[in-house]
Amino acid sequence: MNALHGTRDLVRLILRVDRVRLPAWMAGVTLFLLGSVASFPAAYDTAAERQARAALMDNPATVILTGPGYGREDYTYGAMVANEMGGMTAALVALMSVLLVVRHTRHEEERGRAELVRAAVVGRHAPLAAALLTVFAADVVLGLVLGLGLPVVLPELSVGGSLLFAAGLSAVGVVFAALAGVTAQLMEHGRAASGLAAALLAAAYALRGAGDLGDGTLSWLSPIGWAQRTRSYVDGRWWPLSLALVLTALLVVTAFLLRSRRDEGAGLVRGRPGRATAAPWLSGPFALALRLRRGPLTGWTVGFVLFGAFVGAIAEQAAEFAADNELAQRMLAQNGQAGSAETVLATYLGLMALVSTGFALQSVAALRAEETTGRLDPLLGGSPLSRGGWMLSNLAVTLVGSGTVLGSGGLSAGLVHATNSGEPWEAARLTLAALAHLPAVWVLAGLAAALFGVLPAAGGLGWLVLAGSVFVGMFGPLLRLPDWVADLSPFTHTPMLPTGDPHPVSLLALTAVAALLTTVGVLAFRRRDTA
Amino acid sequence: MTRPTAIAVSGLTKNFGTTRALDGLDLTVRSGEVHGFLGPNGAGKTTTIRILLGLLRADGGRTRLLDGHPWHDATELHRRVAYVPGDVTLWPGLSGGEVIDLLGRLRGGIDPARKEELLEKFALDPRKKARSYSKGNRQKVGLIAALASEAELLVLDEPTSGLDPLMEETFRECVRRQQREGRTVLLSSHVLSEVEALCDRVTIVREGSTIESGSLSELRHLTRVSVSAELARVPTGLDELPGVHDLELDGTELRCEVDTPALDGLLRRLTEAGVRGLTSQPPSLEELFLRHYDHGPLDTSHRGAAR
Ligand SMILES: Nc1ncnc2c1ncn2[C@@H]1O[C@H](COP(=O)(O)OP(=O)(O)O)[C@@H](O)[C@H]1O
Ligand SMILES: [Mg+2]
Repeated sequence: MNALHGTRDLVRLILRVDRVRLPAWMAGVTLFLLGSVASFPAAYDTAAERQARAALMDNPATVILTGPGYGREDYTYGAMVANEMGGMTAALVALMSVLLVVRHTRHEEERGRAELVRAAVVGRHAPLAAALLTVFAADVVLGLVLGLGLPVVLPELSVGGSLLFAAGLSAVGVVFAALAGVTAQLMEHGRAASGLAAALLAAAYALRGAGDLGDGTLSWLSPIGWAQRTRSYVDGRWWPLSLALVLTALLVVTAFLLRSRRDEGAGLVRGRPGRATAAPWLSGPFALALRLRRGPLTGWTVGFVLFGAFVGAIAEQAAEFAADNELAQRMLAQNGQAGSAETVLATYLGLMALVSTGFALQSVAALRAEETTGRLDPLLGGSPLSRGGWMLSNLAVTLVGSGTVLGSGGLSAGLVHATNSGEPWEAARLTLAALAHLPAVWVLAGLAAALFGVLPAAGGLGWLVLAGSVFVGMFGPLLRLPDWVADLSPFTHTPMLPTGDPHPVSLLALTAVAALLTTVGVLAFRRRDTA
Repeated sequence: MTRPTAIAVSGLTKNFGTTRALDGLDLTVRSGEVHGFLGPNGAGKTTTIRILLGLLRADGGRTRLLDGHPWHDATELHRRVAYVPGDVTLWPGLSGGEVIDLLGRLRGGIDPARKEELLEKFALDPRKKARSYSKGNRQKVGLIAALASEAELLVLDEPTSGLDPLMEETFRECVRRQQREGRTVLLSSHVLSEVEALCDRVTIVREGSTIESGSLSELRHLTRVSVSAELARVPTGLDELPGVHDLELDGTELRCEVDTPALDGLLRRLTEAGVRGLTSQPPSLEELFLRHYDHGPLDTSHRGAAR
């Protein structure tokens, strides 16, 4: 039988199964890019403002996060889009491609469904071929949408430049789809396969960052670097994308070769075995909660250390830029003197607090997941663990964990800023300034805990409130929202340190609200049925 | 009959919205016995068990677990109770060995020798991460954690689903040993033969209420065996035998259903005619319900209870 037999049917199956997921991903990426680009004229109306922005792009931290900065001498909208949006969007497209390919290859196989499919007269290579074809096509379609959409949302962008820029994004997606096709053969589990591909994506991003900082050689080793080296909108050239085509072909061939060498369900890398017995410390509900949150907590903390380092690195330059930009001034004005590094830091620490709430809400949401998956039943029903004991142990990990995440962001920003400014105490000052927002984070965690107890099905409301708080925090000053609307967000009531006053009374009040909400949640959970 | 009761449930009711899951269920389990809790899917077994474990609140009726109240005294009682759900789910990132230890430590310690023995008996690799366990292996993790505990009452909700027949036999051995050690076991199942193999007494439920309860021999009258035989001569007088139903006779080939108490009489007649071949099959639970209860008053008085 032909090894590719049935590929077409499988492509149809994938399109059917992912009829929502696929368009949702593409719409999400489109919204991210076109939405950001559409807002450029509001912030950088004049060539002078764009040129001021270009000066900011010179900072090493910014170069690592964005791109090589072609056309910085004449920072047109196009140069701005390519430099500031290219890397991030490419990474997003690559992530989409990785997750989709693994989902339809290794995940499918892991769940045993692929075996069913193969029993129904489908060639050995058909599932991999179908997943790759579908995702390649999705990348190309997405590229066309973006390439044609960019000149629509910002007419200053040329069609030719936009198509080249978007082709670079598609190329990165295609390369990483093929790479995921390989990792899906290597690893036994879907999570490990997408994890490995995502780690390589992060490495590719870092590689081009290092290259862009230096003489650019290292960037030529990264597919994202190739896309950026098309110099779109500046003096565009297509040939770097041929590297992506060659690499894709190599990866696809490798994936199929590996596939023919392994059994159904097996990986070429065997999963690392776990412990035969539990570590001595893994005893009791708090230790269990900590063990289960360890992965996310580590991930968030690492993320915040990097975020903080970036903030610390750009603070002084951003302050200079803000002094000349009206929009930036309006955003910063409430936090102190626009144009001082401290004001910039205070603003960023506030933003960090909002983002770190994501960790807190995710942790509280895990309570509900424990319940609905049934993992809670043997704990509460078959051991002397009480409901209150279980919930409070988990919430304790959430509250302390969100402090760790936020505090490490502040500390990291502080250390970098202390080095730049030569004032060692800045490290401690900024750590405390970040932690001053913690009571507001706790209020949202408490709200989520209360929902878990009282209205477990409505757990998503916590995220809605966070989204509202982000909106108020980011756009409140721009839109001149009335005070009472701003007051609804707990983050309005935390002091913007290091510049503002530390309002100890509001911090105590917020903490009390958080404690009250948590108590309501625990009491309600002790009274209700478990799912 | 002065042995203390481990579980006493009477008139238990529970609604989920408009669905009546339990409708006056009774269940009595004596200390030291293996009690079968038998009923088709959706009968309310899991709901009853989850009420007994304080995971759900009863809407009405009386429940005692050991000598306490399942909801109010939950934590105290759970020192003495071990539980295996029908579908064991585990934390994907933990290994089976970690989960067994963790659950054991929550109850205040685990006997390592006993754990090792059970791991070996059930042929479970404790180093594997839970995300790579099959359904049967996850079930084994739950069973080992419960069987290795010192609990005096074991509550097992359809525990053998997903186990292969060899492991089912291992499971049966373990349950018998638990009983010899003086523990009480409540074993829910929808498979009659499993309950027959293990249990001293049985409670049969359907659509949220109890329809029979007693020792297996008391319930013998409920069971009817399918017999098919190939005979040397054409038998006579079979249709007048009491307890023989649905008789089909095709020359020397015979097929019929017979009440268990009447089995002896039938076999005597058959040997008279010379038996060349004989197979008999115990009834499945579904057949049992079809035969004995489908035309009973229960069927019309309970609406909308079970799927
Ligand atoms: N959480 C729930 N919500 C709504 N209905 C439920 C819920 N749990 C059980 N039921 C219903 O209650 C009845 C009894 O279910 P269950 O106790 O699981 O039966 P069994 O364990 O005997 O198969 C079924 O009709 C089931 O659909
Ligand atoms: Mg059940």
